[in-house]
Amino acid sequence: MVKAEVKNLNFSYGEKQVLKNVSMPIYDNKITALIGPSGCGKTTLLRCFNRMHDLYKGAKYDGQILLHPDEVNILARDIDPMEVRMRIGMVFQKPNPFPKSIYENVVYGLKVRGIKRRSFLQERCEQSLQAAGLWGEVKDRLNSGAQMLSGGQQQRLCIARALAVEPELLLLDEPTSALDPISTSHIEDLIVDLKKTVTIVIVTHNLHQAARVSDRTAFMYLGDLIEFDETSKMFTTPSDKRTENYITGRFG
Amino acid sequence: MGERVVFDRKELSRRQLKDYIFAIMSLLALGFGLITLLLLIIDLASTGLGRIDYAFMTNFPSRMPEKAGILSAWVGSLCVMFTTALAAIPLGIAAGVYLEEYAPKNWITAIIELNIVNLAGIPSITFGLMALSIFVYKFGFGQSILTAGLTLGLLVLPIIIVTTREALRTIPSTIREAAFAMGASRWQVIQHHLLPYSTGGILTGVIISLSRAIGETAPLITIGALTFIAFLPTSPFTEEFPFVTIQWIKDPFTVLPIQMFNWVSRPQEEFHVNAAAAGVILLTLTLLLNGAAIYIRASFRRKIKW
Repeated sequence: MVKAEVKNLNFSYGEKQVLKNVSMPIYDNKITALIGPSGCGKTTLLRCFNRMHDLYKGAKYDGQILLHPDEVNILARDIDPMEVRMRIGMVFQKPNPFPKSIYENVVYGLKVRGIKRRSFLQERCEQSLQAAGLWGEVKDRLNSGAQMLSGGQQQRLCIARALAVEPELLLLDEPTSALDPISTSHIEDLIVDLKKTVTIVIVTHNLHQAARVSDRTAFMYLGDLIEFDETSKMFTTPSDKRTENYITGRFG
Repeated sequence: MGERVVFDRKELSRRQLKDYIFAIMSLLALGFGLITLLLLIIDLASTGLGRIDYAFMTNFPSRMPEKAGILSAWVGSLCVMFTTALAAIPLGIAAGVYLEEYAPKNWITAIIELNIVNLAGIPSITFGLMALSIFVYKFGFGQSILTAGLTLGLLVLPIIIVTTREALRTIPSTIREAAFAMGASRWQVIQHHLLPYSTGGILTGVIISLSRAIGETAPLITIGALTFIAFLPTSPFTEEFPFVTIQWIKDPFTVLPIQMFNWVSRPQEEFHVNAAAAGVILLTLTLLLNGAAIYIRASFRRKIKW
């Protein structure tokens, strides 16, 4: 089952073309990892999925990302980025909870949608924190500030915040790069656990992480998608020389 | 490597001496500024402080210096400040938010931004001239509290716009992106995040701008503020429904600095004492406003961490 399909995607920022004719499927309830050296366009590709580039001037999309089952092209000009972001959640590189309470953070997406029923918000808050593996640690202090949490907890809070609105697709932009090894392994376990309920696309600098958590891997280089395959095959018998050089640590 | 660099104690002590001299010079410069200010305050206080009593605060101005008070002046200042705040705060914040969050980054915006900065540097009397022709004559607001409030409101508008923008700019883009990624609209991002997180900075700007406005004299004289007023504006409370009125906004007024100016220009020494006393009140108000600004800024900084 395909959840989303990138079709001949070209993306440029001003004069600079960052993505060159990228096409790849995103499989349902699987984890797709985007890897490649710095500047290869993997984060840019990820941020196309929720139209984050629209916030800045000079972004130009050409091509399609079809979101199934309704096969809507989320890059289409007549699709409001808000609509796309309501269906596709994102967790950023650096934990970015709002300077509000833990509870306020988790239910923010529901609040944005105008949902006010307290019982529902509380129930969803607990579910999401459970799903993010944070409930036990914070259930007694839901009203204290999110800034009191450790970096790893903050990142799990951000995951809970994204999960609270039941996204169809969850984008993770190097979610562990600002965290210590223990928090990182927590989050990795969590990510693998989450794919039962949500389709995930993750950008990572850490090849071991890609190998550990993902089902499919896309290797990008200088804006091109060089290779896309099952992770196990990609890391054992890559078909492209550049992929092999990158995953064996010869560059990047 | 031919010649070796040798350690020269003389050269070192020469540099240490220069360092020392520069530190002393900076300290002297600072001291000069502070001492002048301090002398000014002491002089004002020693002349005027003894004159301040209940009667001084509750009497109208009078031909007899010992009976003269500043009632109409401080009430006038308060009314004008209230009107100024009412006019300038919503306009300034909205304009700041527009420029920072909505305005396209093009040359028109650049020109507008440049001119807002310029506007902050325009001599205040020019605002008075403009207000005289527009508010007093064209709109027929007369020489009223309304005209004064709008004039000072325009005068401080650039300060509020600039500080609002600065406050918004301190919010990390990661917070903005987090909110947008949740599907929030631009207005929701502003309403739920940007304004609450920048309240401290914006309030500071508002208070600083009011403390600037409260001391302004020239534009108010230009629009024809009276220097001798022996009555108060209409009370905002009435006996009939709806029990409040804004009639006072149409009333003539005077303000503290104008009252001071009026007294200083009298020949009698006693009036000069009155002026100093009014000056102490004005200075106290300004310092209180600035103190409040510092307090608010500090407490918001403690509350919000990224």
